[in-house]
Amino acid sequence: MKSVNPLTSIIKRDLVLAYRQKAELLQPLLFFVMVITLFPLGIGPGPETLQKVGPGVIWVAAILSALLGMDKLFRDDFNDGSLEQLQLAHVSLSWAMFAKVFVHWCGSFLPLLLISPLLALFLNLTPAMYWALIQTLALGTPLLSLIGAIAVALTVGLQRGGVLLSLLLIPVFIPLLIFATSAVDSAAMGLNYAPQLAIIGAMLCFAVAITPFAISYAIRVSHH
Amino acid sequence: MNGKTSITSNYTDILRLNAQGLSCIKQDRILFEDFSIQVHAGELIHLVGPNGAGKTSLLRILVGLSEPETGGVIVTDAARSETASFSGTETPSENKIDYPLLYLGHKLGLNQYLSSVENLAYWANMHGIATDQHELYALLARFNLVGLEDVPSGQLSAGQQRRVSLARTQLLHTHVWILDEPFTSLDVSGVAFIQDLVDDFVAQGGAVLMTSHQALQSRLPVKTVTLEYRL
Repeated sequence: MKSVNPLTSIIKRDLVLAYRQKAELLQPLLFFVMVITLFPLGIGPGPETLQKVGPGVIWVAAILSALLGMDKLFRDDFNDGSLEQLQLAHVSLSWAMFAKVFVHWCGSFLPLLLISPLLALFLNLTPAMYWALIQTLALGTPLLSLIGAIAVALTVGLQRGGVLLSLLLIPVFIPLLIFATSAVDSAAMGLNYAPQLAIIGAMLCFAVAITPFAISYAIRVSHH
Repeated sequence: MNGKTSITSNYTDILRLNAQGLSCIKQDRILFEDFSIQVHAGELIHLVGPNGAGKTSLLRILVGLSEPETGGVIVTDAARSETASFSGTETPSENKIDYPLLYLGHKLGLNQYLSSVENLAYWANMHGIATDQHELYALLARFNLVGLEDVPSGQLSAGQQRRVSLARTQLLHTHVWILDEPFTSLDVSGVAFIQDLVDDFVAQGGAVLMTSHQALQSRLPVKTVTLEYRL
């Protein structure tokens, strides 16, 4: 018998599903782009002002758009019983969750990273600032996905988990926001921003190691 | 008929699933307390009880989706468990489910945006089973779903979705099927077809535990287990 890797089929399935539900995929991205496009119109086009608020605006928009799309991470699978079957299947639930979160990141944050040069232009960021920004986004957004998935898994059994989800997650994301924007600020002043990146990287490593177990445990609790 | 029954009796000493002392409490109501059930090979068990008696809760505990308040469940491949640990006399104190069993619940586990073939292939892969397209098409044809293989599952009727879900019984090699209301929304011929599949599986030494509010029209002896509604 041909052997199959369940994880690759999870990744394949979730990518196919993301492609078939393009509208849901586009919604957070559009939100992100619109917030950043409207900001210069709202606070005036002064280059210095924009440069000052730019990194913060991009990061806040990224976090809010993450919350917008996060809710759907496990909802369909929970409602139609796929998660239930996954628990009974011949696959480690932690790895399965990790694969699902990975696909979620590819679907909701990778496009955001790809479009960020354009947005940096809107907010008049210097190349040094942009370079710092993209590094914080590359390290920080997987962290958003991983931590967010725990809260989503915990609230997936509730009828209206959305509000609770935001309340749970916003405080957890604050340290990330502080370090990320501080890295870009340092870059703007020509300072070394490696320490901030290192802290975000450390948080990411910790999350990669721990969160898959937490997510799978939360899923089991939700089904209880 | 007699031949089949005698085949069945050859298996009945093999214990497939052993649950002892199970209790379940939902919303401050005791659904069942110190409930024990043993499922042997070649046994068809019909679990009956009024709505809210805890049939689904019991099945979810048996497959390991929920934890019982007390007691435990042991599901083991009999071929691998020649050790004394699975004699059936000891009381399991915690769940030990190390053999895949097939559980089909109220939720069908079909993604509405994926076609029947995609849903089945994904499910089979999750259980480590490789499938090929022809095999799945042939399987769905047996379940009377010709021409609907590539239609998104969300567009199928309730009965057709149930058939796709039940087609999984033919994909996984296991000894125990646990089916929660498998006849829901099936038509008369569908019910008869599924009952035949169940009977064939049981005749070959499989063990089936199922709930249904209809009487089972089985050609094999059916053991009925009743859960009372408790206040």
